[in-house]
Amino acid sequence: MSGLAINVENIDFAYQGQTKKCFSGLSLQIKEGERFGLFGPNGAGKTTLMNCMTGLLSVQSGKIDLFGQEVKKHDKTVNHFFGFVPQDFSFYQELSPMENLDFFGAWYGLSKVETKKRGKELLEILGLGDSATKQVQKFSGGMKRRVNLAIGVINQPRILFLDEPTVGVDVQTRHAIIDYLKELNKKGTTLVYTSHQLHEAEDLCTNVAMIDEGKIINQDSLENLKNQHQEKGLEGLFLKLTGKEYRD
Amino acid sequence: MYKLYATIIKDFRILLRDKVGLSLMFAMPIALALIITAVQNSTFELVNHNKIKLLLCNKDTAEASLQLVTAIEKTGMFEPIIVPANEKEETIIARMHAKDALIAVVIPKGFSIKITSTANRVAGNALSSFELTKDTTNKTLNSNFPITLYYHPVLQESFRQSILGAVNGALQLVQSKQIVRSLYTSLNEKQIPDSLENQIINNQIPIDQIPISKDSSRGIPNASQHNIPAWTIFAMFFIVISLGSSVVKEKLSGSFIRLNTLPTNYLIALLSKQLTYLLVAMLQAGTIFALGVWLFPVIGLPALNLPRDMTGLIIVSLICGWCAVSYAITIGVFSQTQEQCNGFGAISIIMFAAIGGLLVPSFAMPASFKPFLYLSPLHWCLEAYYGLFLEGGKLKDVLMNILPILCMILFMQLLTFYGLKRKNLI
Repeated sequence: MSGLAINVENIDFAYQGQTKKCFSGLSLQIKEGERFGLFGPNGAGKTTLMNCMTGLLSVQSGKIDLFGQEVKKHDKTVNHFFGFVPQDFSFYQELSPMENLDFFGAWYGLSKVETKKRGKELLEILGLGDSATKQVQKFSGGMKRRVNLAIGVINQPRILFLDEPTVGVDVQTRHAIIDYLKELNKKGTTLVYTSHQLHEAEDLCTNVAMIDEGKIINQDSLENLKNQHQEKGLEGLFLKLTGKEYRD
Repeated sequence: MYKLYATIIKDFRILLRDKVGLSLMFAMPIALALIITAVQNSTFELVNHNKIKLLLCNKDTAEASLQLVTAIEKTGMFEPIIVPANEKEETIIARMHAKDALIAVVIPKGFSIKITSTANRVAGNALSSFELTKDTTNKTLNSNFPITLYYHPVLQESFRQSILGAVNGALQLVQSKQIVRSLYTSLNEKQIPDSLENQIINNQIPIDQIPISKDSSRGIPNASQHNIPAWTIFAMFFIVISLGSSVVKEKLSGSFIRLNTLPTNYLIALLSKQLTYLLVAMLQAGTIFALGVWLFPVIGLPALNLPRDMTGLIIVSLICGWCAVSYAITIGVFSQTQEQCNGFGAISIIMFAAIGGLLVPSFAMPASFKPFLYLSPLHWCLEAYYGLFLEGGKLKDVLMNILPILCMILFMQLLTFYGLKRKNLI
């Protein structure tokens, strides 16, 4: 459990048509089995970095490896390793949770039997067992968040990318999601998580990186960072490292 | 293969839950086929079988005018409403405004004298040309209008021309009768016997009308044969609203982001959409054809006669459907929003239908528009269907119509691939 899950090596990235680079020579290592938090103000580059790591965006130079295999735009071998829970509801609202899982499971390369078995388990764990066959568009925000998460983990990924997975949900749902993520991590899944919910992040993450203006400004275990900067919580640490100005 | 199967199932589930999309794809074209066929059929029936109400005012009492009234009645096209001779023309016009009839014929006083004198002059000119009479003065014919035809402005030009033709025919008959009578009297110095007069006047040579066909059948094409193939193609291409939107929606929604992180190529999703909607297009065609064959006769419309080459019909329908699906996906891939896709998709289909000969027959289009005809995929689809439905052709007879459709499909598929590549979606 001590190998590298993700190795981001000296990457450059700029959006098409823009001269200003989002990242210039950015490097980051995440070890296998970590619960890793990526934090920074709005526009710092958290989602862009996550999109590069999942292959949604292609870096212009440098490379990103997941378990030693390079992320490439048109080679999807590496995509078998990870799951992704985007910030937006990334599923078909016209379908039921089980129908969504059937489809996404197939796209992950799972068999029909595997998908059914795993889907049923997941929906039970996430408290959606009774709503498994109802159309998602009639669900509450919290239920939709759980569906979003269930799809991201249907393939039992070795790495799970989570982009603000609890935004807009009530306390109960948040606790349920965080508890489930901890359970998942115990079984060996590396978590890469971004959020503005710093109390929640403090509860979940063991290691963190602060990113600002496309640069990793600090990376260590959460405890070390707090001790190093003499801060009691992640929020104080965050403000100390990134400042108090608006970042729109 | 399981990935494709699961994607098709997903697409079908979403489609079946989209009630508006389904009604657009099925109810609308069925309604269109039904209404347009009924309207065109009633126009056809009106001209050929039903009688048009006609206000007939005979201000003349002499024989020729009575003959004209009889001749108009005998055309079988009109249901004359006799207006008293003393009725003012303003009253007739007022009755027409009240839609008592859309046509009125007024035979003026002195009509018979005018017709008789014209006939005598024609007969005189004829006899002098044979040197049977000494009168060599070439008498000019009276060019004054002997009768007046009023028509309501709602009558379309083509319809008015048919009516004018029928009234002219009746007038011609009366005039011919008078000329024959005048010639006979001049030559024999006695009245022409009725039997001979009837023989001369009524012995018209009939015209045998034969619709040409490739299978030597003589089935007369009806409004259903013309309309059902056209509106079936229209329905297939209107898939753009549902399918194009589905592509845009998927692109814009979060589901597309997730799909791109999965170890499966997005082309599978596009292939699934093509297969799903191709099946929908075939169902549309099957439904509309079935209605034409079984429902239309029940509601008094002419039945659709299916082509003899059923394999040809299935293949042509498949190719037309594939073309429609390819077009919808191309529009979906290049549209930024659902509004763009729906607006451009719908308007472009109506324009393609207009230039493709679905709304106006291609032979009746202005010469300046004809080059654009060949750019419309709907035109080639219609030509292929007409080859089977109207000309009694087989698949081999419509190959030259299918070839351009296949070329267009290839072009659209390549364009879609390019569009997805350019946007880094595959």
